[in-house]
Amino acid sequence: MTVAIGNPMIRMPSQAKNGEIIEVRSLIMHPMTTGLQKDKAGKIIPAHFIQTVTAEFDGKLFMTIDWSIAISTNPYLAYKMRAQKSGTLKMTWKDNQEQSWTATAQLTVA
Amino acid sequence: MAGDVPGWPAKPFEDKTLSSAMMDSVGKTSVAPSPKVKLTAPTIAENGGAVPVTVEIDFPMTADDYIDAVYLFVDHNPSPLVSKYQFTPESGQAYFQERIKMAKTDHIRVIAKSSKGVLMASTPKEVKVTIGGCGG
Amino acid sequence: FFGPGAIASAWGADGDPYEISDYGNVTLLHMTDSHAQLLPVWWREPDTNIGLGSARDQPPHLCGKWMLEYYGIPMKTKDAHAFSCLDYTDLAHKYGKVGGYAHIHSLVNRFRQARPNKTLLLDGGDTWQGSATSLWTKGEDMVGAQNLLGVDDFVGHWEFTYGQERVQDLIKNKLKANFLAQNVFSSTWNELVFKPYVIHEISGRKIAVIGQAFPFTPIANPRYLTPDWVFSIHPGHMQKMVDECRQTHKADAVVVLSHNGADVDMKMASQVQGIDIILGGHTHDIMGPKPFRVGKTIIINTSTNGKVLARFDLDVGKGKINGFKFYYLPVFSNLIKADPKMAAYVDSVRTPFKTKLAEPIAVTESLLYRRDNFNGTFDQLLCNALMDEMDCEAAFSPGFRWGYCKLPGETITMEDVMGQTAITYPQVTVNEYTGAEIKNIMEQVADNIFNKDPYYQQGGDMMRVGNIQYTFNPDALIYHRISNMHIGGKPVSSSSKKKYKMAGWAPVVAPVEGKAVWDVFAHWLKDKKTVRVDKLELPRLTRNMENNHGIAEPKTYGL
Ligand SMILES: [Mn+2]
Ligand SMILES: [Mn+2]
Repeated sequence: MTVAIGNPMIRMPSQAKNGEIIEVRSLIMHPMTTGLQKDKAGKIIPAHFIQTVTAEFDGKLFMTIDWSIAISTNPYLAYKMRAQKSGTLKMTWKDNQEQSWTATAQLTVA
Repeated sequence: MAGDVPGWPAKPFEDKTLSSAMMDSVGKTSVAPSPKVKLTAPTIAENGGAVPVTVEIDFPMTADDYIDAVYLFVDHNPSPLVSKYQFTPESGQAYFQERIKMAKTDHIRVIAKSSKGVLMASTPKEVKVTIGGCGG
Repeated sequence: FFGPGAIASAWGADGDPYEISDYGNVTLLHMTDSHAQLLPVWWREPDTNIGLGSARDQPPHLCGKWMLEYYGIPMKTKDAHAFSCLDYTDLAHKYGKVGGYAHIHSLVNRFRQARPNKTLLLDGGDTWQGSATSLWTKGEDMVGAQNLLGVDDFVGHWEFTYGQERVQDLIKNKLKANFLAQNVFSSTWNELVFKPYVIHEISGRKIAVIGQAFPFTPIANPRYLTPDWVFSIHPGHMQKMVDECRQTHKADAVVVLSHNGADVDMKMASQVQGIDIILGGHTHDIMGPKPFRVGKTIIINTSTNGKVLARFDLDVGKGKINGFKFYYLPVFSNLIKADPKMAAYVDSVRTPFKTKLAEPIAVTESLLYRRDNFNGTFDQLLCNALMDEMDCEAAFSPGFRWGYCKLPGETITMEDVMGQTAITYPQVTVNEYTGAEIKNIMEQVADNIFNKDPYYQQGGDMMRVGNIQYTFNPDALIYHRISNMHIGGKPVSSSSKKKYKMAGWAPVVAPVEGKAVWDVFAHWLKDKKTVRVDKLELPRLTRNMENNHGIAEPKTYGL
């Protein structure tokens, strides 16, 4: 069975005023299996899930998330960020099978 | 090939009961609710595999005092701790939306910790997982 | 059935019931839950619609004489016939059928002509489902009727059971009305799927109409039909939409076109500030002759099957409504000339199916209806048919609130069979359940109807059961409402080994193979040739239900 995996995406305003708090929304394809379910043959499907998500702006880490097996398939995540200067937002997702994905988005602060 | 991501707090995530997961996360098994911690979730789950939750904490995020960590629990999930968010003043607001798995009717609860160590909880929110099949 | 004399006497007593004097600068016309009934139908109000907690003895939980007393309507009048179940068959012969799109069209045109450029027609949903032709045309016959009628705005519930692609196709390519929903989001990016509201400019004023889809669609109906859409109530988002209409768009009046159901609307009105009027549907309630208020919000619910057209004449000033007049108008088909254009349209969509629709199946000797909290005579027949045809000792049938009536002596045609069963997931199922599993299912469904918190109420009726006897306390908590359960007159076994073979239909969890319920029902009815229901299978209700104004005939429940 092949399951779509990866393809991280970020959606957020490309411009903001200095000091404005903007919403960042993101999506990534991932099976997020729990390790508690069996396949049709009765064999345990191993746990395969994203454990951490980080967000950094121009290289400075400002948010770290730890997730359990209880996060849904293809995780959607929204959070906030204070716009203080123009630069690059970088998000990194890492799973328990040593895979990782990154996505970036540009912000211009007027 | 499988291995935990460095820094991922395995202990509280592997706890099987709410009280041990709370103990290993915030060092307490009971935290007083505060109206500052807002948890929004549907009254009835449309899909127990993807219950949308929104958490919003009404607390200034200054360098001096801010929300440092937010924990979300589902009381009777196989591992009750669902997520841990660590914020900084650059976040602007301690806020997130995520979708979570719930096996049956259960309570979701959130605990926030400020950088000065003050703990605040949400009012627990019951989400019902039910059968349907009727309608007007 | 009714002679011309009956019509004259109905009309003559009160004059022309649809003559309305001019008032204000904006008119809202509201119809809802027509359930695709293009032609006039018989529609009996329930004799049981129990209200609990703060909803007890309040509209819309009033039945029979309680309903008439509350609204001050004299017995046996045509309004009494429209708003209560009392003397249903006798008064039906006297006053005739209700609704029908050609009759509604005449009424709407008359009001539009009297109030040119001042009138909006709002359709509260459940319009595309409930008839054979709507099912066979996948909703398209109704879209044509809505376009001809000139519906301005529209919201949805059963519409979604045609599947998300079909819904989008009809909305984008066929429907002229605005399809509105502030509470349907994509399951990927959490974005609105439909326009949340529309601002109409009338008489120089701005009228905002915000749409609210049925919040529990993926629970009450199969979720696999709308896999990419997430629903729910979203009072916070509703508040945001109201504020946006008032502040950004400078709306002078804010109207919510809702498919929440009456009790959910009342709770939402207590949480959201700034809504002037909620035009409600879904629960098919009579909640009209006098509008109900929660805080500053006026709430109505406009019945079903084309029975009622509601009309608000508003005096809208700058930023607020200065005054209003309200009319809750039963659509008596005999009192209104059919609009020829709509009549021709209805005829044209029915023509290809005429033979199939008219096929006689059986004759009924007693009144057949569905709507009631616990059982209806039509559902009793359906349960009996399922048990006989599928060789089962008991049956479940969903507590749907649509499905029109047949009078004693009438022939049940294939169209009438479809009128009780026309859904996109009609399969008949047979399952083996333990006694505990049966009770668990019934308890869960009961909690979706009788939970005291309206946000847990899905707006249907209790599931119908064939050959299951039980005592019921609506006021208890989940898993404590049902006691003294028997199957076939014998106490239900508590053994996990004893399984009961049960028939049912309308599976919601996943698509299944199976015979269509209309074929099973029609086969059984043809075999019987004539049918009658003399005694309904009803639960015994507990003593605390004595004098509940939602029960018109307490004796039938052992009270
Ligand atoms: Mn309906
Ligand atoms: Mn409905």
